[in-house]
Amino acid sequence: MADTKEMKKALFGPIIDSNPIALHILGICSALAITTKLETALVMSLALTTVTAFSNLFISLIRNQIPSSVRIIIQMTIIASLVIVVDQVLKAYSYEISKQLSVFVGLIITNCIVMGRAEAYAMKSPPMMSFLDGIGNGLGYSFILIVIGTVKELFGFGTILGFEILPLVQNGGWYTGNGLLILPFSSFILIGLMIWGIRTIRPEQVEPKE
Amino acid sequence: MSAKKETLGKTVGIVVAVCLVCSIVVSGAAVGLRSLQNTNAALDMKTNILSAAGLLDQASNKKEIAELYDARVEEKFIDLSSGSYVEKPSEDFDMYKAAKTEEFGVKVENSNVGFKQRSSVAAVYHIKDDSGVVSRIILPVHGSGLWDLMYGFLALDNDGQTIRELIYYQHKETPGLGAEILNPAWQAKWDGKKLYKDGDVAISVDKNVGNDNQYAVDALSGATLTSNGVENTLQYWASQNGYGNYLKNQSWKS
Repeated sequence: MADTKEMKKALFGPIIDSNPIALHILGICSALAITTKLETALVMSLALTTVTAFSNLFISLIRNQIPSSVRIIIQMTIIASLVIVVDQVLKAYSYEISKQLSVFVGLIITNCIVMGRAEAYAMKSPPMMSFLDGIGNGLGYSFILIVIGTVKELFGFGTILGFEILPLVQNGGWYTGNGLLILPFSSFILIGLMIWGIRTIRPEQVEPKE
Repeated sequence: MSAKKETLGKTVGIVVAVCLVCSIVVSGAAVGLRSLQNTNAALDMKTNILSAAGLLDQASNKKEIAELYDARVEEKFIDLSSGSYVEKPSEDFDMYKAAKTEEFGVKVENSNVGFKQRSSVAAVYHIKDDSGVVSRIILPVHGSGLWDLMYGFLALDNDGQTIRELIYYQHKETPGLGAEILNPAWQAKWDGKKLYKDGDVAISVDKNVGNDNQYAVDALSGATLTSNGVENTLQYWASQNGYGNYLKNQSWKS
């Protein structure tokens, strides 16, 4: 069993030190699409964290049984099953949000973070550590999504979680929403800025010049 | 991993075992949660109808919404070509699914509303006031916006002509532009507008419309195609092809 320090590293490391989005540039697609409102970003983060954690756990549990010739397919099967369960639970308990997330919950299956962690970590680590690693990477993903969701919702709509912070001109206030931030591609710019910021604080993440 | 011996039998065995476990989990979740999901979907629809009825602020939780709906809303079915009431065709009748069937599908011609077939039978909702008199009529409407079909409810006064609300509940319009069809400030502009002028469909969505114009609503800025879509939707559904005959009959009064 790993010691506490290693567990902490698996859990909190991916938030800044090895963030799946900022360092590995994985899972960008959904990060672009569903960060227009903070609420959807939060639910998406929760869904992805759950899926990553449990897929890591289950794959790690049977890692010694998985024949390496079909390992990717087995990983996909497990991930897909978990995603369907998460989707069903969302539909049952949070219908409104599941309507907004629509296809993106299903697309967690193809999210590179989940596959990447299953293949790179869970296949060779014990279950407990894999589980923590899954949660950690989910948190790293959540961190980026929440920051971007907050910025986009605040400056695009003048609200945070639907509460009015900057009253919009349309509703009789003074703030004109930034139309660029409402569109998905503005997340590219924001993610770029975040990567710049993180690499300025942690210069060791910068790739050597070729 | 590399040290492990792989035989065909073992590989197949593992694959079958994993698939079996996964399928049990997935089908278990789907079956176990289905009733809850159906309740939620029904409740969502009831919430939208109550919102179009202007009654939603009277209910604060799920239970009250369901009770209020049962007390005030009556679901009716009409034959669109004659405008008269018909029996509910089947227990799980859905006018949007029925549009694609041979039994109910009717071709849409000479309209840019954005869909090719509609159902011959449509659901309408009567909202009754405390004394049981029909005070509002709620009509499901849909038509294409910029990206996809937009589904909503049009609430009319019992004169069959004065608009009270236009509530969209499903659309894929651009957030901040076309999606402003959900902005309460824009929704409020529909209140009091008239569908017909001297018996002809007159409602439109135009630029720079003053508040005193009874037949037009100001278009959304930056969302011309969405605004046109809303106009086409209402003009189609108010016409003889849509609810025109039903609204002329005014059979809810008798």
